[in-house]
Amino acid sequence: MEWGGILEGALQQGLGPAAIVYCLAAIGLNVHFGYTGLLNFGQAGFMAVAGYALASIVATWGLSFWLGLVVGLALSVVLALLLGVPTLRLRADYLAIVTIAAAEIIRQTVGSVSLLEYFGGQDGLQQFVDTFAGLNPFTTPMGLGPVSWRPYDFFLLCVGWTVVALCCLIVYLLMRSPWGRVLKGIREDEDAVRSLGKNVYAYKMQSLIIGGLFGALAGFMTALQHAAINPSFFATDTTFFAYTVLLLGGAARVLGPVVGAITFWFLINVLDLFFDQATVGPNPLISASIMTHQQASLMRLIFLGLALMLLMIFRPQGIFGDRRELAIDGR
Amino acid sequence: MVADRIETRDVDPPLRDDQSEAARASLSGVPHEPGAPKPDPIVVADNIVRKFGGLTAVDVEHLEIQRNVITALIGPNGAGKTTFFNLLTGFDKPDEGRWSFEGHNLNGMSAYRVARLGMVRTFQLTKVLSRLSVMENMRLGATGQSGENLWQAMFAPFWRSQEKANSSRAVALLERFSLEPKKDDFAGSLSGGQRKLLEMARALMVEPALVMLDEPMAGVNPALKQSLLGHVKSLREDGMTVLFVEHDMDMVRDISDWVIVMAQGRIIAEGPPEAVMSDPKVIDAYLGAHHDAELDLDESQSGDRNG
Amino acid sequence: MRRRMASVVAFLWTTLLLCCLADSASATTHSPRPPLNEAALNGDSISIKGKLVDTRDSPPTPVEGVQITVLDESGKVVGEDVSDAKGTFAIRLPGATIDVLGQTFTTRIDVETLPEGTVLRNPNQVELTKEIQTDQDQFVTFPIGPNPNPPVSTGTQALQLLVGGIVFSLLLAMASLGLSMIFGTTGLTNFAHGELITFGALAAYGIDTLPGDIEIGGRNVTLAAAVLAALLLSALFGWLQDRGLWRPLRDRGTGLIAMMIVSIGLSIFLRNLYQYLAGADNHNYSQYATPEPWSIGPILITPKEIVVAIIAALVLVGVSIALQRTRLGKATRAVADNPALAASSGINVDRVISVVWIGGAALAGLSGVLLGVTQGFDYQVGFKILLLVFAAVVLGGLGTIWGAMLGAFILGTFIEISTLVVPAELKFVGALAVLIVVMLFRPQGLLGRAERVG
Repeated sequence: MEWGGILEGALQQGLGPAAIVYCLAAIGLNVHFGYTGLLNFGQAGFMAVAGYALASIVATWGLSFWLGLVVGLALSVVLALLLGVPTLRLRADYLAIVTIAAAEIIRQTVGSVSLLEYFGGQDGLQQFVDTFAGLNPFTTPMGLGPVSWRPYDFFLLCVGWTVVALCCLIVYLLMRSPWGRVLKGIREDEDAVRSLGKNVYAYKMQSLIIGGLFGALAGFMTALQHAAINPSFFATDTTFFAYTVLLLGGAARVLGPVVGAITFWFLINVLDLFFDQATVGPNPLISASIMTHQQASLMRLIFLGLALMLLMIFRPQGIFGDRRELAIDGR
Repeated sequence: MVADRIETRDVDPPLRDDQSEAARASLSGVPHEPGAPKPDPIVVADNIVRKFGGLTAVDVEHLEIQRNVITALIGPNGAGKTTFFNLLTGFDKPDEGRWSFEGHNLNGMSAYRVARLGMVRTFQLTKVLSRLSVMENMRLGATGQSGENLWQAMFAPFWRSQEKANSSRAVALLERFSLEPKKDDFAGSLSGGQRKLLEMARALMVEPALVMLDEPMAGVNPALKQSLLGHVKSLREDGMTVLFVEHDMDMVRDISDWVIVMAQGRIIAEGPPEAVMSDPKVIDAYLGAHHDAELDLDESQSGDRNG
Repeated sequence: MRRRMASVVAFLWTTLLLCCLADSASATTHSPRPPLNEAALNGDSISIKGKLVDTRDSPPTPVEGVQITVLDESGKVVGEDVSDAKGTFAIRLPGATIDVLGQTFTTRIDVETLPEGTVLRNPNQVELTKEIQTDQDQFVTFPIGPNPNPPVSTGTQALQLLVGGIVFSLLLAMASLGLSMIFGTTGLTNFAHGELITFGALAAYGIDTLPGDIEIGGRNVTLAAAVLAALLLSALFGWLQDRGLWRPLRDRGTGLIAMMIVSIGLSIFLRNLYQYLAGADNHNYSQYATPEPWSIGPILITPKEIVVAIIAALVLVGVSIALQRTRLGKATRAVADNPALAASSGINVDRVISVVWIGGAALAGLSGVLLGVTQGFDYQVGFKILLLVFAAVVLGGLGTIWGAMLGAFILGTFIEISTLVVPAELKFVGALAVLIVVMLFRPQGLLGRAERVG
């Protein structure tokens, strides 16, 4: 067992592009769920809409990369409106079911054979990151301490964490304002907020749109990270993982998603690399009759599910959360 | 998208005590009958009907609420009082009927716009915002905040001075309701009675003309009751109109200038407290078939409060 | 806190054990990937093969003596053959496998050499172009004579789809009824319901793959026994879930949203555990995998579909009657209506909820195993239909028992019949879109009551 290698690999992933994707998605969910109490289970849908808009505008229609970004953001706003108009006046769980269904509709539609020529079916699209890669100033692998990344990844990392920082700043500014106070009020009791003369519906819609825009950024990041896009990136579990990230770091905390994403990817990869090493080779640490190499790759998801349950039961305020708020909530 | 347009509203200058005296005095000429016209009504409702399935929960032919007095809405459980409250304030939609507040037609108006007009309610089960501090609860009540607009929210200079003004108003109100020492605590940590006080104080942040209190005494300990009574009376002195639902007959007798009695969705009697409580129709409504029992309305508060 | 922890951990361990029990046999059945054709990689070559038959006759007769030519990308002839007495031809491509991989070859049929009176079904298609992507021999077909499966009329097709839709909706209805009952009594939006469905399918598979057959009076009843065992194991699983996880959470006053997220964690946990135990492959049970369909009028239906539909219908009717008539059923509906009122009128709410979990899980498990019988299953068979189950429940009205069944029927038949106009791969999309539209106009569902405010 090579612990040094495991920790290095895990650190590389913990700070890597995947962590950025889930961090951005979780920032969006933080606005939705953490601050406003909206149960958006379709964050993968916002990501898919934006990611596919970017990829298809460049790869299918041969238009500008920057136009792709704009269209992606615009479409995620449209999606928020489409989802919000019918459901935001209804009970919380309706939004959950409608968003999860909408995300699945989007995923199955872009993956369908009928739209193969636009979205590439199950294989998805490639060849759309040239403009972005062209901006890359790095030519040799770059690193921080013991870990290093390929030039493209390192560039993506710099851009990605800068975007994350900006998003956190925006969330911070919004949530300390009276606007943020209205959202938090809605989370606690929307009727009370309504009785004070606030247009709850409009605030929820604004929240859905803003969180959806952060989801769109996560979608761009997904597409850039793989330099490719396909429907499997946007499965329902993607949203669930983003929720895990959020709850791990602590909901309704500006830096919760950042802490959560880094911790999440670090731990997931420690598990992954550990079980990978433990089941490989002629004389593995864990006998193949108990766990094959193939089964080892499932361990991280088994642990993830377990972690999400235990987290929600025993530490709903997140690992680094404030116990005081928990006591108030009483559950 | 602009969520909160600042709506300009004429806030009546606080009336002096004698003006509210005058308003009360003018009630003396009003006949003691359901739907009686008032000299200076702030709310007028006509033919309000609300059905749930086959059950008619509210069926009010005509009702006027006098400005600048304290009106109590009483009735046995299931009489439709809370439903009527919900209908008036836009939290529920009636099947038919029309009603107005200070001349504004409220038909089909959403709850938040009703509140902005100056008709603010509290809830039977208090709705404090648990994970916000007491101060944040209060500040949320202030209307016309430019910082509640998404575009201005991010830039504190747009709203800082307004926030300061609201905060000092909130502190003044909290002092009046003896909640000032708790101002930085989470609202969820308050006792039941303190929550009632906070909810009332928060409603005042909206600067309402009409305050509608849904069972303000429910679950409040006796020590707090007296000060709550005082607070409600002081609202009238400040020029506000109060309409409240209550089971506590002491309170009804103590502070209300006018009493409206509902039973089975209808208004069955109106009048000053003493007159209403000796009205046989009211006794019937409370006691149903048990005519042999002597009416002591004080006992009626012991019933459970699902109505 | 510690007791709660202990109960949750105990629950998880029991789950593991149950799963291991159910799937002990299946873990060893991983089919290794088909080994690469080593001979091919060591310099052997690929052939283009085919068989010419005339479908005017029944059974079709081979067509002999037809000239077939293969050309490479530049149009050069690289090989030719004449169909033999069995109608088969085979043309070896020049060079080793490794050389032809990725290249494109065109196979041409010489219509002049077709026997007198024989024509291609599509006279214009005399050439077929194929890119060699694998190390396998390539097969090409040139159909001769009429299509043996003539296109059926839309009416018949719709009828056929309707039959399939009804079978599917019966299974969907069982799963939905389970979800709706649990939601109605506990308020839990259970995202791990799909895993209850999969549990049934897997438990039966575990029994089915135990060595030896179960026989009664000389008849092999292995699968029937497995279905029954799956039903019981599912019920046990449901009871355990409630006692070990959900009841402790309810007792400490956990919010509904928190519980919903716990159920998401449970879903991820169980789904991957299932894959760990059963692999990612699609499985079929040992019996009735590929039965001959019966034709009833113009409709084709397999006997197993009929049996599955009858079982499902009987169970649904039985559960409905039980809910309507028995004391426990009435208590269940009372709790769903108003738990506080039910409790104050002397109903043991905890016991009712236990029963609902047992019944709901059994229904879900049974729907899973029957789904597996009709179309095979894998570790996420339940997760794949979870959204449809939600859609059915919401369509009918959240928490209403009849609504769940009605919603399932509408959705199940809609999904199948919609394939008349929608590509089959998008049929679920249509169903989910219907869900959203219903939300727009009738959020309380078809049978739900409009909610009372305040």
